[in-house]
Amino acid sequence: MSPREVFALRDHLGTALTERTISDPRHAVTLAQLTTGSCLGGRAGELDGRSVLLATSGQLLAGFALIEIDGVARRMLLCPPDLKTEHLASIIADAEIDAIVTDEPERFSECAVNLSVPVGLPALSARMAQTTRATEWLMLTSGTSGVPKIVGHTLEGLCGAIIGDRPVPGDALPVWATFYDIRRYGGLQIFLRAIVGGGSMVLSDPGEALADHVARLNKCGVTHISGTPSHWRKLLMSGSAEQFAPRYVRLSGEIADQAVLDGLKQAFPRASIGHAYASTEAGVGFAVNDGLEGFPATLLGEGRGAVDMKVVDGSLRIRSRRAAHAYVGRAAAALTDGDGYVDTGDMVELRGERYYFVGRRNGVINVGGLKVHPEEIEAVINGHIEVRMSRAKSRRSPITGSIVVAEVVLTADADPARAEAVRNEILADCRARLAAHKVPAMIRFVPALDVTPAGKLARSDA
Amino acid sequence: MSVRLRIIAAIKQIADEQKVKLPQLTDELTLHETGFDSLAFAILVARLEDDLGVDPFTLSEDVTFPNTIGDFIRAYENVPA
Repeated sequence: MSPREVFALRDHLGTALTERTISDPRHAVTLAQLTTGSCLGGRAGELDGRSVLLATSGQLLAGFALIEIDGVARRMLLCPPDLKTEHLASIIADAEIDAIVTDEPERFSECAVNLSVPVGLPALSARMAQTTRATEWLMLTSGTSGVPKIVGHTLEGLCGAIIGDRPVPGDALPVWATFYDIRRYGGLQIFLRAIVGGGSMVLSDPGEALADHVARLNKCGVTHISGTPSHWRKLLMSGSAEQFAPRYVRLSGEIADQAVLDGLKQAFPRASIGHAYASTEAGVGFAVNDGLEGFPATLLGEGRGAVDMKVVDGSLRIRSRRAAHAYVGRAAAALTDGDGYVDTGDMVELRGERYYFVGRRNGVINVGGLKVHPEEIEAVINGHIEVRMSRAKSRRSPITGSIVVAEVVLTADADPARAEAVRNEILADCRARLAAHKVPAMIRFVPALDVTPAGKLARSDA
Repeated sequence: MSVRLRIIAAIKQIADEQKVKLPQLTDELTLHETGFDSLAFAILVARLEDDLGVDPFTLSEDVTFPNTIGDFIRAYENVPA
């Protein structure tokens, strides 16, 4: 293959490079600086054909490095911030890593990888990286237990859902932001939209308070922003949303229930609000922009577009060129079934003309032989006007094995004196809409609920 | 409120929530006769664990589940402090 046929990120930066930036709380770097400089000290050539572990302390350097490494390395594994040290050796072996790009070399001094290239802010360099191949992009799944799986993508697949809607000349350039980390699938999608789609990118920072983050989003003129429903609930709860007016608001990564969609519509009345289905393995499945939870049953089927979908045994299956091409590793399982479908493990239920997500297959709670997904309970609880977010979970029972209990965070303006009344109203809603074994046996009010580094509600028992 | 009264109050509240019409609660009434299903008992045991700080049915493996209301209440009363 001649290099000209290869699609590398550096070849798709587009125009207006001096106006477009990638920024975090401390730095803003223009794309022009990236095209005339190197963040690897001009050493990208040493990574030619290598399998590179890209492990930086923050997102900014990761963003620079992946632009410089794509098209040079054979493989590039994006390390998410919460990768556990004990999983490092097996991931390095499975991905056949033979080079590390990092700003924290001491973290990898014990690893049996002999090439380590430091990464920093871009500096002018005469030795610019050349596109020589299509790099395989490796990402890690965000499961809560065990060694994460390594998922292989191509840049073409990752960009498959990014339609060529480059900004019209004369229009203001889009400024993208996400609450996600760009080293995860959901965040990388936004980063690629900014880079390939002709915009700027404002990165999040885990050390930054939410109010400061929102102030920075405003200052940077963010127009397009995405996050998980948990991220958005936190924002709505904080009261910081009032000073912010994005044009385009997207949710993904968790079930977007009607309550959070309505809450965002109220907070951002002029914005386009939608939710998307995507996973690290299945890629971007579809987007729903009618303001309603769930998705139209007409999306299922084959040959309707880039994505084929079906429901088997209650779980959503996706076949798509945007999907990953394989799990990578010595004992990697098959990613798809014989027909090329990825089983997402996301369970759906048909009600009328629409499918609704009910939860993860492996998150099911068994109450005396009857099954319940915590998410379906949360969707009912979150529908209460004074509830901001909730978590349903299993509690051990000597009688039924498990029962369901719930923790609830009230909205900022909820009257604490009404807690008992709210509890009774929530229970009445649950009894009206759920089978008896799905109604929480106990409801506890809590000030906040943990969200994982991947932006999802922490489920210790899932 | 005594352990007995708290248990009776919890039973009445769950009966109300679960729309179970309770017969008069005497010590001799069998648990089956209360009209509670296993889910209602599971909720009762969990709430009593929060209220009284103890779950006698999980504490010890040789505790058999009681037959009557009286047995049920004694299981809580007899838990060593």
